[in-house]
Amino acid sequence: MAADTSQSVVKAADDGVGNDSAVRGRSRWTDSGNTGNTRNTRNAGGLRRALATHWYAWAMVAPVVLVLGVIIGWPLVRGVYLSLTDANERNVARDIGARHIDATYEFIGLDNYTAVLGDPVFLQRLVWTVVWTVACVSITFVLGLTLANMLNRQFRGRAAYRMALILPWAVPGFVSVFAWRFLFNRDNGILNKVLDGGGIAAVPWLDDPTWAKFSVIAVNVWLGIPFMMVALLGGLQSIPGELYEAAEMDGASAWQRFRHITMPGLRTVSMTVILLSTIWTFNMFPVIFLLTRGGPGDSTEILVTQAFREAFITSPRDFAVSATWGVLILLLLMIFALVYRRSLRKQGEVW
Amino acid sequence: MTSTRTRGSRSPLASVGLHATLVVASVIAVFPVLWILLTSLKPAQHAITTDFVKEPTLSNYTYLLESSHFLDWFLNSVLVAGVTTVLGVFIAATTGYAVSRFKFPGMKPLMWTLLITQMFPMAILIVPLYNLMGQLGLLNQPVGLIITYLTIAVPFCAWMMKGFFDTIPVEIDESGRVDGLNPFGTFWRLILPLAKPGLAVTGFYAFITAWGEVAYASAFMVGDENLTLAGGLQTFVTQYTSNWGAMSAASVLIAIPAAIFFVFAQRHLVAGMTAGATKG
Repeated sequence: MAADTSQSVVKAADDGVGNDSAVRGRSRWTDSGNTGNTRNTRNAGGLRRALATHWYAWAMVAPVVLVLGVIIGWPLVRGVYLSLTDANERNVARDIGARHIDATYEFIGLDNYTAVLGDPVFLQRLVWTVVWTVACVSITFVLGLTLANMLNRQFRGRAAYRMALILPWAVPGFVSVFAWRFLFNRDNGILNKVLDGGGIAAVPWLDDPTWAKFSVIAVNVWLGIPFMMVALLGGLQSIPGELYEAAEMDGASAWQRFRHITMPGLRTVSMTVILLSTIWTFNMFPVIFLLTRGGPGDSTEILVTQAFREAFITSPRDFAVSATWGVLILLLLMIFALVYRRSLRKQGEVW
Repeated sequence: MTSTRTRGSRSPLASVGLHATLVVASVIAVFPVLWILLTSLKPAQHAITTDFVKEPTLSNYTYLLESSHFLDWFLNSVLVAGVTTVLGVFIAATTGYAVSRFKFPGMKPLMWTLLITQMFPMAILIVPLYNLMGQLGLLNQPVGLIITYLTIAVPFCAWMMKGFFDTIPVEIDESGRVDGLNPFGTFWRLILPLAKPGLAVTGFYAFITAWGEVAYASAFMVGDENLTLAGGLQTFVTQYTSNWGAMSAASVLIAIPAAIFFVFAQRHLVAGMTAGATKG
């Protein structure tokens, strides 16, 4: 029984990865559009009727709405408010022993925003964050796609390769990052020992700004490939083999088959994984925090680690400025998601 | 799925290229993990050498279990991640069902909220949550971290559960209605048992997310015995001292349970995730 259902879940999900999800998405959109219209046309007395028809649904979503409201909504509003104040470690409400000290911070309007945006540090962080995100996502995507294509062929040892290649995914991220720190160790790390064996001078992997940037990207790519590869492999397997056979009959070259069958077939799944991994990478805290702490100096600090640094590492802790960085990050991501969605729509893909 | 795909047979050269590339990629994927495993078996003072294990020893593990707070950290992590998972999945399941089956006013905004909160950087919530936990006296308490992790787990579980419920045929609900069950009864008696694999996978994912979380854990938990694993591991490798032997042994102990679960769950993980994400 359990096995049966899990099978069907996978199958249906695999289908979803392929072609039919676009159709599904579209029908859902128009459906909910219709409900919106009918709701508008029956205003009077509609509330009671709506309550009668929908109370089941509303009761079911109530716990989540409540939880989201209390532990996400409220802190969010509070975060935006804090970004408009001068709150720091010294003037927030706190208890010292039995003595309670009330908050004394004040509303200062947009001063934090002008200060952060006017500081060249913001632009530096933003540029590096964008470089980091674009580099990580594009390298991960290209390598993931290459490996997925290789694994999608028939050959001996395929299962073993697949197992080996997804191994990094099975290890908790922070453990892997420490493992890499160990390998990157300047004086005694295995990477430098191997280079030394080949007569190459030791590389300051984490101690030189440029090498540190290279290293954090390499580690993040290493961490990201398994997900990318497996997702794309799922997409590849949902492309019907007949298409390739037909193309081969017509004399299409391997490149033409890739260009005109594989890439369009992978569209939906690529769009999704690229969006997801862009957002994840943009916010990727542990890799940078644990590998370099943003260093050497501040050369690998991205926006998220900068926000963390303001509130929890610098002294005195500056809560208001940290919240300001947080709001700015959220705005940037939302703009990105909107632009991304619009560009998909323009290409006729409703997502 | 497509089992026999006849293509032009590969030339021997292409075959060599294929295997060579995959071997190199596999070595890069496996090596760091394997190296940590080997290191953990070396005597601590030789940890950083490049010799293979000459005299395998479990001394790093005994040190870890007897002379460090590793067990405390481990139990803290199990507690925090476990409770987060159970609460998160429990709260999210009904919502996933409702948005999968009913069309109701407020559904679209709710779906959008669930999606958007998934891309919230922790940077925006961490300070208000930190202050809130401070005022409630929940800093350094597992409860505080659990509440915090629900902000990550709930939207994400609801979204994934919706994907799973979508794959269960609506006819089953209809037959339940015909038999006189109300929507709650249908959900509880018919759909939830069918969705068990989905619940398991969603739960696993929530668990792993909480197990591997670093930022909140680093900011909210201080004091050696209050840390979770993510914080504890950091104490072995600070800027000035590095106990690589203990670090590697701890890494192995943290990774093994996760890896075992993972092997069972990985197929469904991707499927559930991409289904949830593409069917919005």
